[in-house]
Amino acid sequence: MSALTVLQVGFGVATQDLGRPGFSDMGLGAAGAADRGSAALANRLVGNRPDAAVLEALLGSVTLRADAYVVAATAGAACPVEIERADGRVRGAASHEVLMLAPGDTLRIGTATTGLRSYVAVLGGFAVEPVLGSRSWDALARLGPPPLSSGDVLPIGDARASWPIVDAVPQPDERWPDDPVVLEATAGPRDDWFTPGWRDTLTGQDFTVGSDSDRVGVRTTAPQPLVRAVTVELPSEGVETGSLQVPPEGFPVLFLADHPVTGGYPVVAVLTPESVDRAAQLRPGDTIRFRLVG
Amino acid sequence: MTGVDFRPAGRAALLATFDSLPQVVAFRTGLAEARLRGLTEVVSGARTLLLRFDPATTDATRLRSALERVAPAADADAASAVDPLVIPVVYDGEDLDQVTALTGMDRDRLIAWHTGQLWTSAFCGFAPGFSYLTGTEPSLDLPRRSASRTAVPSGAVALAGEFSAVYPRVSPGGWQLIGRTDVPMWSLDHEPPARAPAGTRVRFVDAGAA
Repeated sequence: MSALTVLQVGFGVATQDLGRPGFSDMGLGAAGAADRGSAALANRLVGNRPDAAVLEALLGSVTLRADAYVVAATAGAACPVEIERADGRVRGAASHEVLMLAPGDTLRIGTATTGLRSYVAVLGGFAVEPVLGSRSWDALARLGPPPLSSGDVLPIGDARASWPIVDAVPQPDERWPDDPVVLEATAGPRDDWFTPGWRDTLTGQDFTVGSDSDRVGVRTTAPQPLVRAVTVELPSEGVETGSLQVPPEGFPVLFLADHPVTGGYPVVAVLTPESVDRAAQLRPGDTIRFRLVG
Repeated sequence: MTGVDFRPAGRAALLATFDSLPQVVAFRTGLAEARLRGLTEVVSGARTLLLRFDPATTDATRLRSALERVAPAADADAASAVDPLVIPVVYDGEDLDQVTALTGMDRDRLIAWHTGQLWTSAFCGFAPGFSYLTGTEPSLDLPRRSASRTAVPSGAVALAGEFSAVYPRVSPGGWQLIGRTDVPMWSLDHEPPARAPAGTRVRFVDAGAA
């Protein structure tokens, strides 16, 4: 079986796929790629089925050596990409384009300049051993194929749907660091647990992404907190990916792929799936502007 | 039915809210019989059901009207003679003294209260295999510890609010610890991996009494 060897890897690089839905009754969430659209794009670039496992790399930063002819591509946060041949010659390459690796080639994925998570797909998918039907690492449950270490050998599977049919796609627009990222959300299910001014508080100011954000959730702060109208304790209830859960401090935590199955604080609104993907690319210090949609 | 309310929870889920846990269980049992088109996953909570649906198959309006026709049903498990999961407990938890002080029960009465009722896994959360168990006897309604522990041992048997639970792995936690068990609540070698998924009946027995 063809494989890639991990030569160097940054913190928190792990395989992800569509996750393992269906275990909520056992206290286990679905997990899966945090930015699903970008993971799907990486798979589509190389010609994979949508369920193929990709690498999710925080700020990029992973180096892989191919032992066979390998078709690869990256999507998500645009990162510098370089291919070094076995004889030491370096070939320039780029994110969001189809890359052809020969045996002995080294693929270097550098640190993204904007965005947080880059996705690396290879034709056939990464065929590490699945856990409960999925190759997703769940950082909250600490379950699934663990984050990569250097020296790991990643076998390539047969999750191939076709040959690549495009050479490249446009990279996401680079935005100015100070430009707010607009996230769209629908109200509820517990919007009536907040004072009627919650809409203005949520949409009328900028929120800043906290440094303690991870695959579980993006933490935020703002000048004005959301204020509870109902102050009794909320009995634990199921929560969706994209939920804006509001802890006692009044600043929403945006739940990403590894969010807990149930939560004990009210959810004021839920992000649209497209905005969940955008939220997964937020860096600490980034600015958010929320918009409520129907 | 009265008391049920359906709230939007994003573009692909509704949150059904109820007045009591028995209503949640009865509605969920009725829901299983109704087999609604497009409903992909049901997540039980203490007073709610989160109903996930496939937006390509149905929409919130159609699902809501189908849900309004669901008749709550008696729990089949309770009526039939399904054997409960038996969990032997050594009652030597670090918070046992505090629990007896808070409740006014002595150790023997507390053990009799814990072992003398049938518990049901209302829902799971917090960690894989962490089942929130509700009993048939009136709850002790114990507060959580004022300071939570950074590492509660795996197998710790605990109480908080209206619930009892067994910690499936070492984790931080603020529940009152009354004992410990060797029964693994989560194991990937087990099918299903959780020993007490939502709906499972549980009975605690005093391992020290054997």
